Amino acid sequence: MARRELPEINAGSMADIAFLLLIFFLVTTTMDVDTGISRKLPEKQPEDIDAPKLKEKNVFVVTVNRNNNIMIEGDKFIQIDQLRDEAIKFIDNGGGKGNPIGEAEAAECDWCEGAKDPASSDHPNKAIISLESDRGTSYGTYISVQNELVGAYTDLRNRLSKKMYNITYIELVKQSNNDMQNESLKEKIKIIKEKYPQIISEAEPFK
Amino acid sequence: MSKFKKKKKGMPGISTASLPDIVFMLLFFFMVTTVMRETDLKIKQTLPFATEVKKLERKSLVSYIYVGKSKVEGQGGDKIQLNDRISNVEDIKYFIFAERETHPEEEIPLLTTSIKADIKTSVGTITDIKEELRNINALKINYSTRKGDVSKNMN
Repeated sequence: MARRELPEINAGSMADIAFLLLIFFLVTTTMDVDTGISRKLPEKQPEDIDAPKLKEKNVFVVTVNRNNNIMIEGDKFIQIDQLRDEAIKFIDNGGGKGNPIGEAEAAECDWCEGAKDPASSDHPNKAIISLESDRGTSYGTYISVQNELVGAYTDLRNRLSKKMYNITYIELVKQSNNDMQNESLKEKIKIIKEKYPQIISEAEPFK
Repeated sequence: MSKFKKKKKGMPGISTASLPDIVFMLLFFFMVTTVMRETDLKIKQTLPFATEVKKLERKSLVSYIYVGKSKVEGQGGDKIQLNDRISNVEDIKYFIFAERETHPEEEIPLLTTSIKADIKTSVGTITDIKEELRNINALKINYSTRKGDVSKNMN
């Protein structure tokens, strides 16, 4: 019996098939990476609970009205690019004694570099930023304000981390994410977070 | 002399034999780097800019709430889209419950809700959504933004 050669499969249309698949994937998929500002909402409180008493000087009120104007401390209109510096000035003031951390006695903030103005916040762990917004405020402005406030904390943490460990806080977090088992990095992050805790409170918007 | 006469004139055609390989390479690149589009947006959307952004890890733990103006002309007001439908604020709890059903018990505290809202949305709508999420104890949220300077949000 004569051996017949198998005819070769024509691969000329392979490119067409591959193109078809390629175009299908181009159309049905997206490439975007999701990024955003992460926040944790406060838990629902019972109606009859008493609000904790706070000294007025420890609260930094940021108000945004429906025309997207930003006002701080109820009396000063500012632009968005000034907000971060104002917030840093407030948090980093260190005019008095803070809340006791763990077992330690209430102590002054010895890592703060602020003006130590007795009329402003006592300590970063007492300093509260309160954000009030109108229902008509645009979301863009709202995000900008949130971003600047979170940015103020990040700047302070970066500065402190640079001083203590000679590396920025952002870099520290990045390294820790790449190396989950490293306990010393986690410990460092915890210390920095304890020294500048992020306390941003959002009031119910006024109508 | 016939040896020399055989020489062809003109350019030889480019071989297309490696074309499938090239296209397959592109195909695999796109298959690996992209994710399937999950929903069709029924609303117009431009996300705001922010600098202090974090990347959302583990997409399977994230549920999305889209907010913006309707694409259909003549429908005013901010609309909320869950999955493929325009919905009301009250529907959010069922949406989150349905989302929780699909995850094992121990992953439920890790579930994140990503709010993808248009830059011109009013904060009132966002507050209503947040209130609804607080009611059902879905506290981890993420305001979806693009990376960029905040001054671009203002116009």
